[in-house]
Amino acid sequence: MNTLIFRTVAPYLSALMLLFSVFVLLRGHNEPGGGFIGGLIAVSAFAIYGIGCGVSAVRRAMKFHPMSIAASGLLLAVVSVLPSLFLNQPAMTSQWLAVPFLGTKIDLSTPLFFDIGVYLVVVGAISSIALSLEERAD
Amino acid sequence: MPLFGVEATFWALLGPFVAAALSPFLVKTLKHNAAWVLAIIPALTFIQFLSFVPGIAEGKIFKASLEWVPTFNVNFSIYLDGLSVLFALLISGIGTLITLYAGGYLKDHKNLGQFLSYLFLFMGAMLGVVVADNVITLFVYWELTSITSFLLIGFDHLRRTSRRSAMQALVVTGSGGLALMAGLILAGYQGGSFELSELLSSGDVLRESPYYTAIFILVVLAAFTKSAQFPFHFWLPNAMEAPTPVSAYLHSATMVKAGVYLLMRMHPVLGNTELWMTVLPIFGGITLLVGTILGIRQTDLKLVLAYTTVASLGLLVMLTGTSDPVAIQGAVIYLFAHSLFKGSLFMVVGTVDHESGTRDLNRVGGLFAFMPITGTAAVLSALSMAGLLPLVGFVAKEVLYDGTWHAVNGGLWTGFAVLGNAMMFALAATVAIKPFFGAKVKTPKVAHEGTVLLIAGSITLAVLGLAAGVFIASVGHQLLSPMTSAILGAPFDEELHLLPKYLSPALYLSLVTIALGVIIFMYMDKLRVIVADVLRTIGWGPDKGFDQVLEIIIRFATALTQAVQTGSMVTYMRATFTVIALVLIVPMILTGNWPNLEGISSFYAYEWFIAAIAVIGVYAVLTARYRVTAIVLLGIQGFAVALIYLLFGAPDLSFTQFMVETLSVVILALVMTRLNLKPTDARSSRGKVFDISLSVLCGAGISMLLMSIVQLPFDPTLSEFFTQYSRTIAHGRNIVNVVLVDFRGFDTIGEISVVMVTGLAVLALIRVRPKLNGNSGSEKNR
Repeated sequence: MNTLIFRTVAPYLSALMLLFSVFVLLRGHNEPGGGFIGGLIAVSAFAIYGIGCGVSAVRRAMKFHPMSIAASGLLLAVVSVLPSLFLNQPAMTSQWLAVPFLGTKIDLSTPLFFDIGVYLVVVGAISSIALSLEERAD
Repeated sequence: MPLFGVEATFWALLGPFVAAALSPFLVKTLKHNAAWVLAIIPALTFIQFLSFVPGIAEGKIFKASLEWVPTFNVNFSIYLDGLSVLFALLISGIGTLITLYAGGYLKDHKNLGQFLSYLFLFMGAMLGVVVADNVITLFVYWELTSITSFLLIGFDHLRRTSRRSAMQALVVTGSGGLALMAGLILAGYQGGSFELSELLSSGDVLRESPYYTAIFILVVLAAFTKSAQFPFHFWLPNAMEAPTPVSAYLHSATMVKAGVYLLMRMHPVLGNTELWMTVLPIFGGITLLVGTILGIRQTDLKLVLAYTTVASLGLLVMLTGTSDPVAIQGAVIYLFAHSLFKGSLFMVVGTVDHESGTRDLNRVGGLFAFMPITGTAAVLSALSMAGLLPLVGFVAKEVLYDGTWHAVNGGLWTGFAVLGNAMMFALAATVAIKPFFGAKVKTPKVAHEGTVLLIAGSITLAVLGLAAGVFIASVGHQLLSPMTSAILGAPFDEELHLLPKYLSPALYLSLVTIALGVIIFMYMDKLRVIVADVLRTIGWGPDKGFDQVLEIIIRFATALTQAVQTGSMVTYMRATFTVIALVLIVPMILTGNWPNLEGISSFYAYEWFIAAIAVIGVYAVLTARYRVTAIVLLGIQGFAVALIYLLFGAPDLSFTQFMVETLSVVILALVMTRLNLKPTDARSSRGKVFDISLSVLCGAGISMLLMSIVQLPFDPTLSEFFTQYSRTIAHGRNIVNVVLVDFRGFDTIGEISVVMVTGLAVLALIRVRPKLNGNSGSEKNR
């Protein structure tokens, strides 16, 4: 498994997969994709990186403890519920805001942040499991 | 909420909880002097309740209500009549003094802030009990008093005895609480209202209800456990493990009277029946005698007081149980007097303990010269307890004798009362005379008068007891008769006098009591030995019984756990899947609702191809030699399923399935490296056959269930709704995602919380394992 080819390719492959996972996450509202699938792709990316280059490398790359990432995701998801409450609407009513950006308009919405929260929870929780299981193999 | 009038009572009810939140911070900055500041809050509460007294004396009833859950028509309502107001005054008034006393008693204790916090929580809860109109509110506050009592008894939680006593008190009063809930709900349904104000005016409805006996038993059980009636009396003396301010406040003046309050509160609708007038006086009378007899045995001053409290509660229950107006008036006066003198005496004992270093009867003596104010408080309160002129205790005794004498079965109850009061007289004399008079005994510490904080409470209550005796006519009219009226459910106002107007049977009974009391006091030391001998011969008591019951429960639980939790993973899995298979298949067999299998052959060729891949995958898993190989091969079948999703137009689902399959293979393989398992499967062939058949049954069951569901007529309402509004309301073309993050976002929050918790749990499990094996490699794990 731990061949030179795999070790060399793994970082590039996982970087590509991570990028792809973000793409899948963001397009989820209109095309197949979304936070859950995106998160799973990102976890696979980390798993590949871990198998190739070791758990400590993954932990360095992730910067934060995976569970902190998961927790911040949950927080983000819950926070995205709140704006509707302040506007005196039923909880979780989606809020939309079109922000001009380099000539085009980008639609920002509370479901988007909610989906990012889902993504982070999945990435954090599952990679935390995978990493801690992998750790002993070091 | 307005600051004045009935509505201001809500502030008064909130006050103690605010104080509870403030105390830790105030104690940090002001040390024990924080008590002076904090005592303002209960004092204000006291004043608020005092403002109702003139109205109450005129026979008015005050009610107020706050919307709580308007959609369910649940209100936070309060009901103030003579009974509630007198109780509220005792709770807030004595509470003010106890706050000060606690500041002095636990001066320099590192957890004083926490202690005061618990004390105020209790105060808030207890006020809630006595003013609540809604029976469910009453119940919630009732439970809160049990919990705060638990915290306070176990305050010194490093001592084993404290912990045991706290737990015991919680178990006993908590089980009573359960009975109370059932009783109140039953009463609410039978009486047609959950508001006490309406329930109390329902007349004979409850008494004539077929469930009267059940309601009676449940309510009485709650009252007996809370008010420490025989045979549940044992927790109260044990609760003396708590610091003395707690004993003075909770376990004599207020909380233990909650049971009596409940009985008095329910008297208009539950009382005056044969059952009530038999059960209550008998148990009350027995408690009275048991309490005093056990009190004689003690040499610890605090325990003497604890047992006389048990006895006094018995007396109160007995008097309430007679349903006789005069006897109940006696109970009211006695309850009032008892709160004053017993609260004071507990504080006296605490001060003696604090200043001399002991509270053992045989190691203190002649302290009056050193502690004149505490001594005066002790003497005054003891006189009230003994029922002597000119204190309020005397009036209480006169009226209650008058009541029992004329009540149904009066001879028996009067006998109980005289015997109990005589022993109480002797014990009162012991508590006042032994520590303060006679020869000076060398104490562990050189005794001197306590600080202002320590003596303010006891002397105030003692003097109030004297004043209430002297001005009994006005106190009776303003405070006591309204309470009696509330208990009777009918107006009652008989003028009270300190000095008896004529030679009544009550006066003779008083003289008999005093004579008997003096005799008992003279032979106290001999009696103590006799009682101790008798108890040793019996050798068993409810306290021991409590331990035995607990032990039986623990043994049963252990046996059950060992039977169900074998610790074998194989057994757990087989049990789980057997249940699943049964749940899926048995209903189909019973109802004969098998799915329609026609049309199963109309597959396209490529569909057969994918199905074949799945079957080959499963076959490969079954025949794999090594576990790891089997896990990897499991992925084949998963991918085949993902392909099927793709073909049937569910790209999102298929996408997810691919990822989940990949990751589960990776994670399962990682798990395998962690487990110390043989690489090959060591199951016997019989076991294998069993497991395979189980899997086939589960799989067949699920498939048939799904087929049956699909064959039901499809209700398109939801999918049409989502198709129609996904674009227009949620601005998204991917309906799956829109459902996840918008329409059903609340479900998703739940799901990601589960993912989060699972992650934490798995992390914890993985970390724990290696440590148990003493593997140092776990240190690296973050």
